[in-house]
Amino acid sequence: MENWSLISLCVLLGLTARWAVSFHSYSGAGKPPMFGDYEAQRHWQEVTYNLPVHEWYFNTTNNDLNYWGLDYPPLTAYHSLVCAYVAKLLNPEWVELYASRGYESHSHKLFMRATVLFTDILIYIPAVLLYCFYFCDGSSKQKVATAFCILLYPGLILIDYGHFQYNSVSLGLALWGILGLGLGWDLFGSLAFTLALNYKQMELYHSLPFFCYLLGKCIKQGLTWRGFFHLFKISMTVLVTFALCWMPFLSDPKQPLQVLHRLFPVGRGLFEDKVANTWCSLNVLIKIKTLLSRETQLFLSFALTLLFVLPSSLKLLSKPTLWQFKLALVNTSLAFFLFSFQVHEKSILLVALPVCLVFNEIPLIATWFLLTSTFSMLPLLLKDGLLLPYVVTSLAFLFLSLYLLSALERSTEEELRLGLYRKLTQRWLPKLNLSRIIKWKFWFSLAAMAALSFTSVWLKPPAKLPDLFPVLVSVLSFLHFLGFIIYFNQVQLMEPQRKKSQKKTN
Amino acid sequence: TVMAAPVTNDQSWFFALALGVSFLKCLLINAYHSTDFEVHRNWLALTHSLPAAQWYYEATSEWTLDYPPLFAWFEYGLSHIARFFDKEMLVVQNLNYASPATILFQRLSVIVADVVFFYAVKECCKSLREDKGKDLLGKPSFILTVLLLWNFGLLIVDHIHFQYNGFLFGVLLLSIARHFQNRHFEGALLFSILLNLKHIYLYIAPAYGIYLLRCFCFTQSNDNIWSRYNYLKIWNLRRFIDKFYSSLFIKGQLPQVLSRLFPFKRGLCHAYWAPNIWALYNIADKAFSILGVKFKLLDINKLPKASMTGGLVQEFQHSVLPSVSPLATLVCTVLSILPALFRIWHRPNGARGFLRCLVICALGSFMFGWHVHEKAILMAILPLSLLAVESREDARIFLILSITGHYSLFPLLFTTQELPIKIFLMLLFTIFSLTSLKTLFRKGGALLNPLEATYLLGLIPLELICEFVYPLTVWQKTFPFLPLMLTSVYCALGVTYAFIRLYISLLTCSDSTKKIKTQ
Repeated sequence: MENWSLISLCVLLGLTARWAVSFHSYSGAGKPPMFGDYEAQRHWQEVTYNLPVHEWYFNTTNNDLNYWGLDYPPLTAYHSLVCAYVAKLLNPEWVELYASRGYESHSHKLFMRATVLFTDILIYIPAVLLYCFYFCDGSSKQKVATAFCILLYPGLILIDYGHFQYNSVSLGLALWGILGLGLGWDLFGSLAFTLALNYKQMELYHSLPFFCYLLGKCIKQGLTWRGFFHLFKISMTVLVTFALCWMPFLSDPKQPLQVLHRLFPVGRGLFEDKVANTWCSLNVLIKIKTLLSRETQLFLSFALTLLFVLPSSLKLLSKPTLWQFKLALVNTSLAFFLFSFQVHEKSILLVALPVCLVFNEIPLIATWFLLTSTFSMLPLLLKDGLLLPYVVTSLAFLFLSLYLLSALERSTEEELRLGLYRKLTQRWLPKLNLSRIIKWKFWFSLAAMAALSFTSVWLKPPAKLPDLFPVLVSVLSFLHFLGFIIYFNQVQLMEPQRKKSQKKTN
Repeated sequence: TVMAAPVTNDQSWFFALALGVSFLKCLLINAYHSTDFEVHRNWLALTHSLPAAQWYYEATSEWTLDYPPLFAWFEYGLSHIARFFDKEMLVVQNLNYASPATILFQRLSVIVADVVFFYAVKECCKSLREDKGKDLLGKPSFILTVLLLWNFGLLIVDHIHFQYNGFLFGVLLLSIARHFQNRHFEGALLFSILLNLKHIYLYIAPAYGIYLLRCFCFTQSNDNIWSRYNYLKIWNLRRFIDKFYSSLFIKGQLPQVLSRLFPFKRGLCHAYWAPNIWALYNIADKAFSILGVKFKLLDINKLPKASMTGGLVQEFQHSVLPSVSPLATLVCTVLSILPALFRIWHRPNGARGFLRCLVICALGSFMFGWHVHEKAILMAILPLSLLAVESREDARIFLILSITGHYSLFPLLFTTQELPIKIFLMLLFTIFSLTSLKTLFRKGGALLNPLEATYLLGLIPLELICEFVYPLTVWQKTFPFLPLMLTSVYCALGVTYAFIRLYISLLTCSDSTKKIKTQ
């Protein structure tokens, strides 16, 4: 069979899975007065359509910021505005000021789902296909298989098509940025990434590796005229893109400050709900939120994030290759997720994207991480009534990545890149079979996650500890993520000249 | 290389395909379901709560039991598991009861019952002529497995619309596979079981009857007592089974059961015309009447009124052409399949000849039958898949028949929510069948001639007009049935063409297949 037909089959299957997930419930369905993210997105359409630009981010008589006020960057607002125009065309009730609050209907759900599908087809899916075809090693079938597995990553599908968000836009744009950098089109890459950043401020998690990669590349070209000129071009691209995105807000200096204030709500505390990061997990033992002052919390989280980000960034700066770049993206975003201030459980998707990009190189660990990331959002998914699609997509994803990418077969010590672990154990336990241990750990951890999923659904928590299962889920996921950040740092920092020798043997 | 590693030496790809499609089916659990869902729930309830003698008399719900007894027993068995999901669904009075647990149970029962289908497909693959050394995606058995397991029609009819066809076709395919493996006794037994599960398979009973009669009773070489005895064995088995089931009922129930199974009170065509000869006949009638009125040959007041509202009325009255009676459809059906039956009587041509005859029987009764449902097209498409991976001409017929036949199922899912999914799945199946059969029969140029290709491509604008453009126009309110009519007439052309080609292939190609056999 030709490549194009294989690709189209994969894309169609991906689309089918997405649309089938969208049959299920969304966040806050039928839960007045606040509803959920679905209502937030609808409300933004209402606000952007009916109010002038300078009122969007301000609390005015017509714009109650306490009811899902806009707290994403301008590009999201423009996107909402475009959607609102279409909505107005289909049914004016959907975006009527005030009157449409909490509007829910079957056809409106279809409309909202369709907007997600549309942007997904437009931005994310082509980026994944291009990535796999340019940057995955192996036969064309293997490329298709990798693309298929990435497209079926359950976390993104469940959040975008179940819970309801537009992550495929920001992640897709970031992926276009990575593609641009990988292909050597630095200006295009930085343009795409700036757009991603202007769509969702959480993309800042990815910004450091982008910066380090581009800077490292400029330094490599020599700190003379050429390197400087390149750097100048890149920074101009970024600045101009930013300026264009923020144009309507630049007339009055109060405006951009208010937008920034909305984007970074420092006042909301170290963490909210149950997140699988350090602070929430530590909170089980020590009540940091009350023990430390806000400033100390901020400082502590900043220092720890910096500590974990620094090694990988420095390594990337000194060696700006695509492989290093991908790993740095994983390490940096994971460090931000684990240690930074005000993290949401959905932010794990920002780590999942770069992990998807190393799928073909380290299939077993990538599968493991991606499943864990989906599991870490379990409390949220249960709240939204997405148990069935969660179970089905996770099992399907596990099966596909083990079958199509032979994740279990491709897990020798060499392939798992366990250099440092080998060095550490060589001294005391030279005969240890690390590859087998990893496989056992993999199955054991999956069993634990399955068991915890099962108990969260079927058992009632004791009356004294109503949050027992969500806390257990986040602590278990946190432990996994801690392991993963050490592992991925190890892979990035220990990477010797092995890649070259491997290529030769191929 | 990596992908090839786990798949060349063993059959894990079959497992993967089956598991993959099961995951997809599970995702569709919350999709739209038709009234057939309530039909089956009602049957669960009535078989569970009433003694067998009353099953065919019970009429609380309008969806009375109209499948043969064995299916009722199947529902009875299911109802014992249903208890653990939600007891309320087993109460006859709970009409239109559809709690999440009920939906989960009923959907899962369809998904699990499909295991029979998986097994049958696996058995069918064994009887294929396999050429080794090819890559997996070009293997006939792989292609056949996808064509059957991922069949678009089965997916939407069973797992969205809601029915148990997968399991029933499993029994049919298993019976065919047994004939291919020369285990005719089992094949006949399975077919009689199938007839007792759903009587629509009577359409293909003539093919079975003639084939068994010819091959076991009146074999030309040794027309002796033994072969007669063989036939008697099979015939007795049938009778035994029929007796067995009728004995489960109190005497005198048979007329009641039969009246439920064969309701002749319905009209010539279903509400949505199945794409067969009668759709063409109806549209010709309509065209004549419009032309007649235009040229003042007919008086508009004398025309029957219903004819102008077309598909919405069950009883369609013809205004110019003569009306069609059930007897006429029966005669047409018999006439349409007679040549094929004669053919296998004179030149049986092995199990493949039988299979071809079976497809013709199914398609013939679809073309000419009384009150045919559009879903019945699957009875021709699924068995034809077996032939399609073995010969070029059959592959060509299969493509035309499956694409038009599957497209004609589109009106079954009329909800906007399912619109993307039916388009995605249809494209998925069509792209796969087109490209895989094209690579399989690489030698000898294109599979479809330009005219056929143009006709099939015409389905794309048809779909765009019917489901995207037409609803926006003003005619949607005055003539809401027009897209349906257009669809069924357009598809009827393709199905008729495929039927004719299939006949030609039966009447001309047997010599060439014989050559292959002697080789």
